[in-house]
Amino acid sequence: MMTWLGRVVKGFGRFWWDFLVGDTPEIFVAIVLTIGLIALVSDAAGWHRAGVVLLPLLATTTLVVSVKRAQRAKR
Amino acid sequence: MIIGATVTTSAVVLVGAVFLACAVEMVEALTIVLAVGHTRGWRSAFEGTGVALVALAALVAVLGPALVHAPLSVLRLVVGGVLLIFGTQWLRKAILRASGLKALHDEDEIYRETVAELEAVATRPDRDRIAFAMAFKGVFLEGLEVVIAVLTLGTSAHRLGLAAATAGVAIVAVGIVGVIVAKQLSSVPENLMKMGVGVMLVSFGTFWTGEGLKVSWPGSDAFILFFVVFYALVCVALISTTRASSSASLSVAP
Repeated sequence: MMTWLGRVVKGFGRFWWDFLVGDTPEIFVAIVLTIGLIALVSDAAGWHRAGVVLLPLLATTTLVVSVKRAQRAKR
Repeated sequence: MIIGATVTTSAVVLVGAVFLACAVEMVEALTIVLAVGHTRGWRSAFEGTGVALVALAALVAVLGPALVHAPLSVLRLVVGGVLLIFGTQWLRKAILRASGLKALHDEDEIYRETVAELEAVATRPDRDRIAFAMAFKGVFLEGLEVVIAVLTLGTSAHRLGLAAATAGVAIVAVGIVGVIVAKQLSSVPENLMKMGVGVMLVSFGTFWTGEGLKVSWPGSDAFILFFVVFYALVCVALISTTRASSSASLSVAP
């Protein structure tokens, strides 16, 4: 039998899963990868200006890919 | 002078984003509460709404101070990432709706569905648990999105008070208008508002993620306005190309 605390933790985890991942896992994965890539380029390569172009560009690419994916699924 | 203008610009964008996000969620919550009240009586609808508001206030009281005391660069990176994901999801849905690939969010339909669901349950005891639960769930779930928007946008910009006050004004304004127009909430241009909220969430998300990653934006806070214009143009272009390719594939289909 699941304890009260267990149910709360499970509910909390489910809420954040639905909120961040839900039915668009590609958006979650792409944004996490984008942040990782820019952190790597900025810190490791010392290219701090890279994010000015890369961040909006990769965010836009994520949106375009997700919309086109939904469009293909509807056909 | 330049600093004053920059502060005003980011404050205006913050107020706009919070107001729109709260107004959209309030319309959805109000539709459910009105349906519960008209169908099962106002007592349980108000009780469910009241308990949900208390639960949300408790959540803000616990999370608010914790977020305010978190290290700013970590907070901005995490909040920026969450806003980017959340905003991109909103924009995706709004673009699909505007392109005709997803049904428009119809408040009249939600009202009818909620009423039908409630009327299917025949028993109406003194304490109407179903009506209470329906009102609680509607207000709490929609309110949770308001809480997240206010806390994330407010703490990142170091203007939690301004964000909370804006949310309060938006909720009261939509509440008053909603009560006056009652069942005409469907006339609210919800998809357009959602698109606006999505553009602002993604703009703030890009900006705060960059700040958290030590990206130096040209023009500092004022660069948020560039993102608002940029993402709005991306949405317009995406809606237009999605509509065009959808109608082209329809005309080709037998």
